[in-house]
Amino acid sequence: MKETKYMNSYLAGFLLGLLLLATIFITGRGLGASGALKSLTVAAVEAAAPAHAGAATFYKDYAADHSGGPLKNWLVFEAIGVLLGAFISGLVSDRLGFKFEKGPSATTRMRVAGALTGGLLWGVGAQLGRGCTSGAALSGMAVMSTGGIMTMVFIFAGAYGFAYFVRKLWI
Amino acid sequence: MGPLVPDIISGNLNFIAALLIGVLFGMVLEQAGFSSTRKLVGLFYGYDFTVLRVFFTAGVTAMLGVIALEHFGLLDLSLVYINPTFVWAAVAGGLIMGLGFVVGGFCPGTSFCAAAIGKTDAMVFIAGAFAGVLVFAEGYPLFESLYKAAPWGNPRIFETLGISQSMFAFLLVIVAMLAFWTVSIIENKVNGVKEKPVRFTPYYIALASAGILLAGSAFIFTGRKASLLKTVNAPGFAQDYKLETMTPDEFAYRLMNDRENKLQIMDFRPEEERKKMNLPGATAYTLDNLFEKAPSRALLFRGKINVFAAEDELTERKMAIIAEKMGFKRIKVLQGGLNEFREQILNFKPAKTASKFELENTYRFRKKAGREIRELIQKAKPSGPATRKLKRVLGGC
Repeated sequence: MKETKYMNSYLAGFLLGLLLLATIFITGRGLGASGALKSLTVAAVEAAAPAHAGAATFYKDYAADHSGGPLKNWLVFEAIGVLLGAFISGLVSDRLGFKFEKGPSATTRMRVAGALTGGLLWGVGAQLGRGCTSGAALSGMAVMSTGGIMTMVFIFAGAYGFAYFVRKLWI
Repeated sequence: MGPLVPDIISGNLNFIAALLIGVLFGMVLEQAGFSSTRKLVGLFYGYDFTVLRVFFTAGVTAMLGVIALEHFGLLDLSLVYINPTFVWAAVAGGLIMGLGFVVGGFCPGTSFCAAAIGKTDAMVFIAGAFAGVLVFAEGYPLFESLYKAAPWGNPRIFETLGISQSMFAFLLVIVAMLAFWTVSIIENKVNGVKEKPVRFTPYYIALASAGILLAGSAFIFTGRKASLLKTVNAPGFAQDYKLETMTPDEFAYRLMNDRENKLQIMDFRPEEERKKMNLPGATAYTLDNLFEKAPSRALLFRGKINVFAAEDELTERKMAIIAEKMGFKRIKVLQGGLNEFREQILNFKPAKTASKFELENTYRFRKKAGREIRELIQKAKPSGPATRKLKRVLGGC
C-alpha cells in the first residue's frame, strides 16, 4: 500500500520529539493545533456579531485571556507554519495535488458526512478536553501532565471503542 | 535557563518562532505520512501503526529531554505550561475526540497537513471542526459545569500515581517498546506479511539498544530537586558538610551596621513563623525558589553575602548545601539558627559575673545589640517573597 515513500516512523518520531523539546525549551509551551481553530472561530464571531461576542461567556472569557486580539495568537502563527511546512514537504516529496481520500468500500457521500461530523466532534471535544492530540496528548506526555495523559488515554480508548461501528468507512 | 520566552525571546520574535516551529512541525508530520487519512486510521483497524510509532517515539523523546534539561538546571518547569487536569472534561472530551478520529479520519493537526497538500476530505474535516468550536462556544453555558468539574490543578502523572518520576519514565519507555513489538505482529498478520516482525538485523538491534538506553537514562536524570533533597537528608550528611558560617554576634553586628547593604538574608522560615518575628530586610525564601528562574537570581547579586536563616541550623545547612551544589556562591549559614540568635542576642541574659575583660565586652555588645535589634524587628516590615513569580505561559489548544 505504499505509493510514496514516507520517512521511517521512529526517525520521524524522534525528530518530532526533538522539535517538541525545543519548543518547550524556547517558549515554555508545547505544540498545538486546535487552539488555532478556536482563535479563528472567535475572530469570525467577533467580526460577524460583535454584540453577541461581547455578551456570551465563552467569548468574554477568551478576550480576557488573550489581550492582543484572537488572531495575534501563538497557535495561529504556528498553524500557518504547519500549513506552510506540510506544503513544502509535499512539494519536495511530490505529493501535491487535489485528492479525495476515502476507504475502499466507502461512498463519497459517506466520507464527506464522516469528515464533517468527525471535524465537528473534534471541535467540541478539543475545547472540552482542553487540547487535541498535539496540545493535550503529545505535549501533555512530554511534560508528564496528568490531565494531558488522561485526555490521550481517552482519545485512543474512544477511537478503539468506536472503530468497529464505523468500519464501513475504512475497510 | 529555559524557557527563553519571555525574557530572551519576547513580543513579535515569539510569533516568528511560532511560525518556524510550525513549519518544522508541518514538515515532520507530512514526511511521517500523517497527511493521509487511510494511514492515520490504520491504527484503529490494525493495518498501519505508523501513528502509534511516531507519536509514542516523539512523546518519549520529548519527555526524557524535558527530564534531562530539568536535571541539569537548564529548564525551569515552574514556568512551563503543564496541562491542567479536569477529570470529567478530559474523559468526555477524550471520548468525543476518539469518536471524531474514527469518523472523520483526522485529528486537527493532521488535517491541516493533509489540507495543505490538497486533500479535499481534510478541507471538509476542517470546516466541520470550525463548526464544532462554534457549537462549543455557543453552547458553552451547557458545557460549562462539565468543563470545570473536578479540577485537580496541574499535577504531574507520577505524582498522581504516587511513583517516582524516573520510574514512570522508565515504565513508559518499556511500554512503548512492547507496544511497537506487538503492533508489528498485528500489522503483519492483518496485511498477510509472512516475515517475522522483529529480526536480528542491525536496524532492529540499533532500535532496541536505543530504547534500552533511553529507558535507563530515566534513572540517571533524576528530578533535580528530589535527588538533591535525598542527598542532604541522608543521616549525618548535612551536619558534617563543610559550609561557611556566621556567628550570631556577627549577624547582629551586620544587622545593625550594614551601611554597604552587603547582607542579604534568605529567610527560610514558614510564613507563620515569619509573622511572629520579622527579620529586618530579609527576603522570604523557599526551597522551590532555589530552582526557579527569577527568584534564584537574587543569589547571584555581586558583593552580597547571602545568609540562610531558619529556626534551626540543620534546615539552613540543608538549603545551603543544595544551593552550593547548584553553583551558587557566597552562602553562609547562621550558626545555631535563629534559635541560637534569639538566645544569644535578643533575649541575652549574662551570667552573674563576667570573669574576664573580653567577656565583659561581649556581654555589653550583646545587650546593646539585643535592644537595638528588637527595635529593628518591631519596625521591620514583613519580608516579601524573593521576586514576583513570572507567569506561566498560557498554552494548550
